[in-house]
Amino acid sequence: MYYIDPHIHMVSRTTDDYETLARMGCVGVSEPAFWAGFDRGSVDSFRDYFFQLTEFEPRRAAQSGIEHFTWLCINAKEAENVALSREVLSVIPELLDHPGVLGIGEIGLNKNTKNESIVFLEHVELAVQHNQSVLIHTPHLQDKHPGTRMILDMLCNDPRIDRNRVLVDHVEEHTVRPVLEAGFWAGMTLYPVTKCTPQRAADIVETYGPDRLLVNSAGDWGPSKPTAVPDFIMEMRRRGRDEQLIRRIVLDNPIKFFEQSANFKVPERVRL
Amino acid sequence: MSKSTTANEIMEREFLETRAKLLELAAALDRLDRAAGSVAQDPRSQQIQQALAVLSSNDADRAEQIQLIFSLPYDPEWRSRYGLAEPSN
Repeated sequence: MYYIDPHIHMVSRTTDDYETLARMGCVGVSEPAFWAGFDRGSVDSFRDYFFQLTEFEPRRAAQSGIEHFTWLCINAKEAENVALSREVLSVIPELLDHPGVLGIGEIGLNKNTKNESIVFLEHVELAVQHNQSVLIHTPHLQDKHPGTRMILDMLCNDPRIDRNRVLVDHVEEHTVRPVLEAGFWAGMTLYPVTKCTPQRAADIVETYGPDRLLVNSAGDWGPSKPTAVPDFIMEMRRRGRDEQLIRRIVLDNPIKFFEQSANFKVPERVRL
Repeated sequence: MSKSTTANEIMEREFLETRAKLLELAAALDRLDRAAGSVAQDPRSQQIQQALAVLSSNDADRAEQIQLIFSLPYDPEWRSRYGLAEPSN
């Protein structure tokens, strides 16, 4: 089955991983800007990272027949440094028309601090000013519930935001309902220990239905599995779920959400 | 949507996996008991006990309840606590 991984950090993966994803039916990946595992020291580090996301990774993905899309921001962890964040924010607009750039992301909260909230709001302002979609990171573990509620507070208080153009990622059992009820898209990240398993993601689909739900692997430099979306497909099949339903979640929904971005093109293999 | 698979089918499919997960949990708790010292006063021990109580209930939202046990509380007044003004709509 063809699928799109709507949230995967391919800069952390090998070229062999691209090949494996392609063999498993992956036709497109969307890569939000992320933390490198250490705090970057200057805006120039981010310029280089954005070059990697917008120029290098699409070429590497294309070698395996995968189309690569990306989102730009300074992530929540480094957003604690407000001065650096503002410098990074200032270089993003020049890249927003670049082919494959889908919007602002993954912005969000990490430890739910005041500085993170300030930088989150400034990213949202940038998205509104430039008519961009938004991809949102929600915090981990004990911080996820309060952090997700804070993010929803900030988004729902701004009447300029088109909720259909916002994807709130890393939802779990205790956060998916408020996200969907508020009219946003919700992403389930299949990630060992700290997020969701393929089985629990399938449970959430059974509970809430397939509307505005996506699944992704995150596939970052931490202990993660870039082939987690096929694991979800297998779990849904194991439960006897309809192929159309599975396709809707792993392919049709990502396309429906991404099509709202001017720089998105439906992957060629899906169009054929 | 969940009605298309019967409870019997799920039990057939998942019994051994569920049994294995319960054994892992029991063994982890035994390991804690065997170790020197005590974590009885550790707030995480209380969270684990609360979660075990939820497992024994017949509620339909046990996963959500357990998630909330391991979550920090949400403060609806967080914006004023941070001195961040409400937007003027």
